[in-house]
Amino acid sequence: MKNGSRLAALSGVVVAGALALSACGSDANQTEAAANAPEAGSIDCAEGSVNAAGSSAQKNAVEEWSKAFAAACPGATLNYNPTGSGAGIQAFTEGQVSFAGSDSALDEEEKAAAQQRCEGSPALNLPMVVGPVAVAYNVEGVDSLKLDSPTLAKIFAGEVTKWNAPEIAEQNEGVTLPDTDIKPVYRSDESGTTDNFTDYLKATAGDVWKWEPAKKWPNDAGQGANGSDGVTQLVKSTAGSISYVEYSYAKNNSLNTVSVKNGAGEYTELTPESASKGVAGAKIVGTGNDVELEIDYTAKEAGAYPIVLVTYEVACEKGLPAEQAKFVKSFLTYTSSADGQKILTDIGYAPLPQAVLTKVQASVKALS
Amino acid sequence: MSTGRAGDKLFVSAARGSGLIVLAIVAAIAVFLIWKAIPALRENEASFLTSEEWNPNANPAEFGIAQLAYGTIMSSLIAMVIATPIAIGIALFISFYAPRRLASGLGYIVDLLAAVPSIVYGLWGLIFLSEYMDDAGEFLSTLLGWIPLFSTDSPGRNSMFAAGVVLAIMILPIISSISREVFLQVPQANVEASLALGATRWEMIRMSVLPYGRSGMIGASMLGLGRALGETIAVAMVLTFVPGINWSILENGGNTFAANIANSFAEASETGRGALVASGLVLFVITLLVNMAARAVVARRKEFV
Repeated sequence: MKNGSRLAALSGVVVAGALALSACGSDANQTEAAANAPEAGSIDCAEGSVNAAGSSAQKNAVEEWSKAFAAACPGATLNYNPTGSGAGIQAFTEGQVSFAGSDSALDEEEKAAAQQRCEGSPALNLPMVVGPVAVAYNVEGVDSLKLDSPTLAKIFAGEVTKWNAPEIAEQNEGVTLPDTDIKPVYRSDESGTTDNFTDYLKATAGDVWKWEPAKKWPNDAGQGANGSDGVTQLVKSTAGSISYVEYSYAKNNSLNTVSVKNGAGEYTELTPESASKGVAGAKIVGTGNDVELEIDYTAKEAGAYPIVLVTYEVACEKGLPAEQAKFVKSFLTYTSSADGQKILTDIGYAPLPQAVLTKVQASVKALS
Repeated sequence: MSTGRAGDKLFVSAARGSGLIVLAIVAAIAVFLIWKAIPALRENEASFLTSEEWNPNANPAEFGIAQLAYGTIMSSLIAMVIATPIAIGIALFISFYAPRRLASGLGYIVDLLAAVPSIVYGLWGLIFLSEYMDDAGEFLSTLLGWIPLFSTDSPGRNSMFAAGVVLAIMILPIISSISREVFLQVPQANVEASLALGATRWEMIRMSVLPYGRSGMIGASMLGLGRALGETIAVAMVLTFVPGINWSILENGGNTFAANIANSFAEASETGRGALVASGLVLFVITLLVNMAARAVVARRKEFV
């Protein structure tokens, strides 16, 4: 059983590695980790090696951070295993890892299990990365496309089936749309990205989207592919396809992305800035030092890109062995610092808006 | 070098122990699978054997193996249909037709296919083979469209058929190398006798080699089938996911037991993991049945051995 998932992860790594390599050559923003490293002395360094696991959506961010962290703090290694949010939380509550990355905050059941793991003190959801969800498409000769939420919902529900359908044409005057089939692609595995994307459709598309938000894709329009790299690969190789995938994957594979209409009624292109603004309207629903967020997809923030997900680090407020606790605190202090957040923009994520970041920094200070 | 009674006894018990260990391991695997699967099966709201839905992490959990069983068996059958004749052809060519020098080299190259890791087959199928699969599907559906299996108006790149082709290449070396071993066992006297009576090479193969090797060839293809049934990562990479059973093998999508376990394990909840183990149990049973059937077939053909 273990082997299966490990192999699947490995295949992901192989594909992702190939993609990353091909991206490196063309991306002038890919700087050496050392150049991104914070000033020595600006971090309260920890020693040793710590294991973490979880969300694959934040894999690239955590890797970049651990490189920079190791460069600034000799003798500190963080091993992050992108097993998926569910498996990461499971590993965390079973005590195999010191903290977990997750695309969704802990639910009640998980909170109870995590509290046990933290020797009675609560586990905190700490938002750390804004992961914009791009709507990527592959249509010959169309390199810019504007869509609003009801149209997206119709496409992904299989109701709009041609690229030159009137719903699409009226939003894209001046663009020559071909008379070909739309081939929607979705994630076949359970994923936080699907959860957030269906959440967005449910919240904004009105009656068009009939399904509840879930980690598993709810309908049978189009076809599914496994993992973000599987989806990216399928969109790249299938003419007429459209899918939703984390921004970094769309960016690294130079896929075209849709400008989505936001709550203020403007079509917004996806950039790190517009994604950050998308989180600005989020409500903090966590209590105490828990910073669980609820994103408002209908926020009327000007210039905000509406489809964003926040991925969390889940860590014990107290109750880890001293050495691990020091390491986790030191690492998260760095990732939530201005230096740490600055890295995100180069690798396809967006930084947290200042209001949320201030709260996260305060919570990280409270770790011990 | 004396082998007294003590040596005899020791050897008997060692041999018996080895046999029992295998039985114990199989039994332990079965018990483990059942024990892990029962809680999830209790929570299942759908029919485990006939539902095509796979949603064990939802509340209420609903999952059934119909689609997985269909995908597993169909992709393996496609692989068998493609691979068996080719593999036996290769074995016959190497054993009876090829010049001696070519034969050893060729046998070696075919065996090399078995050494390629399955993830490489998966990548190859995903990146290279799928490029051509929609055109191949187009061709097959115009040619054989009157058979329901091949009728489609939108042949896809990531179809059951594509998975079957990749599997066929993977099981080719198993079938061909075992068949070759079997052909080597054919009594030289029979071969020479038929040639002496004026048989052509093909008649000789038909009259003395094939009847003699039949049970061995069936055994070989069953081993290949076993490999195809359990193949995980190559299938997981080539197939895309489309819910439900689709009888048209040229259209996108499908799912198999092993691929489903590999793809869903990472995000599975407690119940989800139990459900995956339960599906693994079914695969275990199917593989056992296939092996038993193979044994029965081989046993029935005893008179040729």
